[in-house]
Amino acid sequence: MTNDILLQILAAFLFTIGMLVVLLRRDTIMILMGIELLLNAANLSLVAFSKSAGMIEGQIQVFFIITIAAAESAIGLSILVNLYRNFGSIKTQDATSLKG
Amino acid sequence: METINSVLPLLILISPLIGFFINAVILPLGYRGFAKTPANLAGGVATFFIGASFVMAIMAFTQLSGSQAAAPSLLSHCFEWFNFGGLNIPFDLRIDKLSGLLVLIITGIGTLIHLYSISYMHDEECVGRYFSYLNLFCFNMLLLVLGDNLPLLFFGWEGVGLCSYLLIGFWYTDTEKANAGKKAFIVNRIGDLGFLIGMFMLFRELGTLTLPEINTLLADPNVVARIAPSITMICLSLFVGATGKSAQMPLFVWLPDAMSGPTPVSALIHAATMVTAGVYMIARLNILFELSPVALSVIAHVGALTAIFAGSIAVAQTDIKKVLAYSTVSQLGFMFLACGVGAYQTAVFHLMTHAFFKALLFLGSGSVIHACSGEQDMTKMGGLKKYLPHTHITMLVGSLAISGVPFFSGFFSKDEILYSTIALPGGISYLFIVGVITACLTAFYTGRMMSLTFYGNERMSHDVKHHLHESPGLMTGPLYALAGLAAFGGFLGVPHLLGDFLGHMPHYLSTWLDPVVPSKHLPLVGVKIPLHEGLVMAGSSIIAVGSYLLGVKLFKKVFFVKDLFAGFSSFHKVLEHKYYVDEFYDLIIVRPLRKISAFAGGVIDKYVVDGAVNGIGRGVRKVGSGLRMAQTGDVQSYGLMMLGGVIAIMIFIFKVLN
Repeated sequence: MTNDILLQILAAFLFTIGMLVVLLRRDTIMILMGIELLLNAANLSLVAFSKSAGMIEGQIQVFFIITIAAAESAIGLSILVNLYRNFGSIKTQDATSLKG
Repeated sequence: METINSVLPLLILISPLIGFFINAVILPLGYRGFAKTPANLAGGVATFFIGASFVMAIMAFTQLSGSQAAAPSLLSHCFEWFNFGGLNIPFDLRIDKLSGLLVLIITGIGTLIHLYSISYMHDEECVGRYFSYLNLFCFNMLLLVLGDNLPLLFFGWEGVGLCSYLLIGFWYTDTEKANAGKKAFIVNRIGDLGFLIGMFMLFRELGTLTLPEINTLLADPNVVARIAPSITMICLSLFVGATGKSAQMPLFVWLPDAMSGPTPVSALIHAATMVTAGVYMIARLNILFELSPVALSVIAHVGALTAIFAGSIAVAQTDIKKVLAYSTVSQLGFMFLACGVGAYQTAVFHLMTHAFFKALLFLGSGSVIHACSGEQDMTKMGGLKKYLPHTHITMLVGSLAISGVPFFSGFFSKDEILYSTIALPGGISYLFIVGVITACLTAFYTGRMMSLTFYGNERMSHDVKHHLHESPGLMTGPLYALAGLAAFGGFLGVPHLLGDFLGHMPHYLSTWLDPVVPSKHLPLVGVKIPLHEGLVMAGSSIIAVGSYLLGVKLFKKVFFVKDLFAGFSSFHKVLEHKYYVDEFYDLIIVRPLRKISAFAGGVIDKYVVDGAVNGIGRGVRKVGSGLRMAQTGDVQSYGLMMLGGVIAIMIFIFKVLN
């Protein structure tokens, strides 16, 4: 088992944890953190592939993702503030206006 | 065949339609309502336009008789009515020698009856409506006769049915009368279905519905051989149509009920013109019917059966119009009997004389009813001779004509029918015997009717007696005109033997019709069988005079045959109830239909149809409320679904597509 595969497994592991956090935690701050984890798991995977394939494109991609992640957390946090203003809570189970 | 292009047929047809339009649209608009149109104006307009038709019909007739060709005809080609597939139906109107004769009868008698109606309907409400219907009827009847193809004929056929319905139910506020109209319409529809089926089959076999083309095709032995298997079926289907329109067994039940319409309507539609449409159709398609001996035999038997059946019912009726109604059914049976034995000319001859004397009798009965303040029951009349001299004398002529008393019109035509049944290849047939018995019955019930109405003691109530009056000249005038026709119309068809005696007087009608309606079985012209002819003539004269006098004599004091012969009463009861035919139809058709409708409305509609509709609604609601569970409003569950979707797409891409 080479380093490459180990790195990919690690990336998949981190992605899974992030996914579980996003889907299961009720706290919106935790969900934002989970999203960060997802993005970084993807970054790790890209860097690892880039190295094993000897191509630079993957690493360039990672820079883009990092900038987007910054923007994402800014938007996410502002949504969170508005959520708190409207519902008086940042728990997802309290914001269910879309219930049919 | 020589065809002359002429605008006359179109003008004859259109004229009553203009009258209809004026009476139905323009006058009511001008006077703001049907009820406010002056009765005399409406009647005058209607009479003028049908009279104009009559004048043009005479012009057409003289043009035809002036032509040297063997079978001249006037043709109006108006436009292509419809044209698709192999079916090409032009709006063509043709007057040949057969339709020319009928057009004369329709417009001539129509004009007289319009005149009579002006006076008869004077005190009614909505006279404009009445006259517009009457004109519309004439238009449709003329279309039926003039149409050069079967769809046009059928158009008129349906149109006269509609007008008959409208006029029977003219006093529609009376439920019974409205129902009589409905009955006539529905029973006619049953027949019309047969007509339609026959027409469709004819088109399938021949590929055309135009009458001259049909006749040309049927003259080709190869074509006849090809369509031979279906000819009988076609003829019988068409005959079903004829039984509906011409009130033959088993569809005759509507005609007696149709008498609830105004009396001039009964005279025009239900005696002189519309009900003879079936006879006209068969005479028109005689080449087709001639190819199917089975169908002809059925027609002859149905005709004979109807004749004797209805004739016997007429003996026991007390309503003067009912007697005449059953008499009409019976006489129509005679015409079909003649058609069935191949004597189409004779059928047309009887159609013509019957139109004269039956219209006369109906108008006369109308005059009687008018005088008796609306009373139709003959047991409440009697002795009217001295109060209604003009009505009496004209009705007497009509009665002698229908009874077949020598030298009145009915004598010649009825005699010819009897003679054509005896001249069949099989010798004296039972059809002849049925015919003789019916002739006997005819004279008998006519005598009874005259006796109960005009002779014997007066049985009117005091009030009615006080109001008795002879009808005005506008009513007696047409009566005299028709009486003249009924008395002398028969001399158009003097039989051979008598013609010789009168100095070689030819059978005008037969000579006239020969090119269009050939006389095949009937050896009246050309071949001499003087013995038969003389025997039939003498016999039927004796029968007619004898039965008529018997009828007059017996019913001076009593009303019913049962009063004369003990032991007759049970049969009389059957006759009085018209053999319980109405009750029978009620039992096997009307009531089961009502039950089925009640079942369909109460059970099928309520539970099956409504159940299905409501069930679909309920089902959608159920499914919807089930699906609502998916919309939790919780962001994370949506996320989970997204994940599931992504995984599903990935599985699809990697497993299924590779």
